[in-house]
Amino acid sequence: MVEMSGAKAFVKSLEREKVDIMFGVNGGAVLPICDELYYSDVRFVLARHEQGASHMADGYARASGRVGVCMATSGPGATNLVTGIATANIDSAPMVAFTGQVPQSMIGSDAFQEVDIIGITASAAKYNIQVRSPGEIPHAVKSAFHIASTGRQGAVVVDLPKDCLVQSGEMVFPDEVSFRGYNLNLHPNPREMDWAATLLAKARRPVILAGGGVIAADASENLMQLASLMMAPVATTLMGKGSIPNDHPLCSGLCGMHGTGASNMLMSEADVILVVGARMSDRTTARLDEFNREAKVIHIDIDRSEIDKNVETVTRVVGDAKLALQGITERLSRALQTSSKNEEWLKRMEQFRKQYEVPDHPANPHLKATQVVKALRGALPRDALVTTEVGQNQMWAALYFDVYGPRTFFSSGGLGTMGWGFPAAIGVKAARPDVPVVDIAGDGSFGMTENNLATCVEDDLPVIVVVLNNRILGMVAQWQRLFYGHRYKAVELGTTPDFVKLAEAYGAVGVRPTTIPDFEEAVRQAVKDNATTVIDVSIDPEENVFPMVPAGMGLTDIILEVGPEESAQPAAQGDSGKAEVVAED
Amino acid sequence: MTITTIAFLVENKPGVLFNVANMFRRRGFNIDSISVGALVEPDLARMTVVVDADAKILNQIVEQLSKMVDVVNVKRLDPVRTMMREMLLIKVESSDPMAREEALRHVNTYHGLILNIEPDSLIAEVTGEPETIDAFIELMKPIGIMEISRTGVTALEKGRLKL
Repeated sequence: MVEMSGAKAFVKSLEREKVDIMFGVNGGAVLPICDELYYSDVRFVLARHEQGASHMADGYARASGRVGVCMATSGPGATNLVTGIATANIDSAPMVAFTGQVPQSMIGSDAFQEVDIIGITASAAKYNIQVRSPGEIPHAVKSAFHIASTGRQGAVVVDLPKDCLVQSGEMVFPDEVSFRGYNLNLHPNPREMDWAATLLAKARRPVILAGGGVIAADASENLMQLASLMMAPVATTLMGKGSIPNDHPLCSGLCGMHGTGASNMLMSEADVILVVGARMSDRTTARLDEFNREAKVIHIDIDRSEIDKNVETVTRVVGDAKLALQGITERLSRALQTSSKNEEWLKRMEQFRKQYEVPDHPANPHLKATQVVKALRGALPRDALVTTEVGQNQMWAALYFDVYGPRTFFSSGGLGTMGWGFPAAIGVKAARPDVPVVDIAGDGSFGMTENNLATCVEDDLPVIVVVLNNRILGMVAQWQRLFYGHRYKAVELGTTPDFVKLAEAYGAVGVRPTTIPDFEEAVRQAVKDNATTVIDVSIDPEENVFPMVPAGMGLTDIILEVGPEESAQPAAQGDSGKAEVVAED
Repeated sequence: MTITTIAFLVENKPGVLFNVANMFRRRGFNIDSISVGALVEPDLARMTVVVDADAKILNQIVEQLSKMVDVVNVKRLDPVRTMMREMLLIKVESSDPMAREEALRHVNTYHGLILNIEPDSLIAEVTGEPETIDAFIELMKPIGIMEISRTGVTALEKGRLKL
């Protein structure tokens, strides 16, 4: 036991967790911490807004697999973190957010910059802790890292009243902590795996749906092994992109609202669907009561509460995805005498690929987003890392930007947070300074967090931002075109800002290529210079993302194109019940 | 939809009741009644929740509770093996001697206790299964109920089984 101030114990606790970088904004309630950090080797990246700090920590976590750390002062500092906390948590990224708090004597008095961040984050975080004495700090920090990084990973909030930081206490630094109510569910039940293997052995048209859990569990190799053994196509969720390389012969691509025709059709014709580490969200399953009811669904997940939540399963395997896939593969290779002969089923995949190819019309004066995204892939080295914003840019990236391994593609899947991609890219760069990091952005999303350009430049975390600039909130506009009779309202952004000048104002590089070769050259130059670069690419505001399944429709109701003035009225529009679903989403 | 009683042990510390209630609210699960009390072990508390839910929702309630860090153990109680009790405190008008007689007789029939008698009101305590309490309240309505307070259900399973 040693006596020291809460703030000193806090920084020591971070060091014991091997934290070498944290993202945040300083403020009154966390001054004692920053004063201790002054003497520490922990790198503090100063964001220009706390939301940016939270996404940086999130990006860092997703790229490194380690816990990302962010910090903000009390009150508005803390509330500004909330979007980032909810974003990380729903996508199961391990993150710890530290918030300053007014001294305990003032809690409840509506003091200056006091906010009930524990109450506010209760349903947005995996867990939260308010420290009540200096001596609790080491245990609280250890607990936060433990809970954030184990089981189904997520975001944990630790609220630190200022008096606990300033005052001293007897400190015990625990090497481990345990909670009797916290079950990790790591090891799958052998009988569950037996049953899963039995079902898979009998499958004639199997499909694997790989989610973010495959990546979190470092189970990509195991996934591909099982897929090859079964000769089963692998569809992925947005979070699962990268769990199998896009150029793998068994990869059928994204499944869901903007899924590939191949993935959506295979999912709908499968007799057995093996779900691995996916939440079966509405964006993946589309209309639930039209989701393949003939198929036997087997669900592997470390979070029991996800099983049977949305899609009913025939059997479950609760546990770590890597261990579960290993166990099932082992059993299955014994059961299958010869490698499975799914020739016809795989031919079906090829057939769907051709049948549901999105027509590639020639570009008008603007560049086509799909072309730009494909050209970006070509101009970047194979190991480059990519984040996306949210909206059309995200879906173009998901559909047309091939990635070749886990932890190479990062996107806000669950919360769909516009403005996430850019600060997240800064966090990714902090985790992987050795490779180029690109944010595939839209002008709307980038505008939400563009002030972090200052952090890129000042903290030497160079990121390339490709702004697919259509001067409109593209995805919302697409919905207004397709489902609201082309009535644009509250979507047109106009021609400001000038992103080249904006970049230059922050001391970054701004370029505006007008041809694909110029664009490729700009990308290569940015990679070569390893400099923060905003590449502003003008695209057609009328360009749609296809394929698309309208909200409220089934996975097979795929739209591939519409004429310029035509509305893609889903058949459901006449039926008031279904139309409501469309309008609600 | 079936009425189900779920009992669970939680860490006896600040904020846990809030977190439990918040989970129910956030996921849109309705609580019919909830009761909380300390255990012999001072660091644990037992909560009993009665819900009216279909099988899918019930499964989600149990799984979402189990997932909470501060929830130690969760069990759906087997209705056949479960002893359920709820306590009612009831205050009724009693200035009319006939009404008072009537009230005393009903309380007696339900094995209740008279806790307090004032010139114009009395307070009684009745314990029983929730349906018994409901029936008792119906019986007392014509007499003139001034105020009631129910504790919510608390329950234990028979035999050696424990949570």
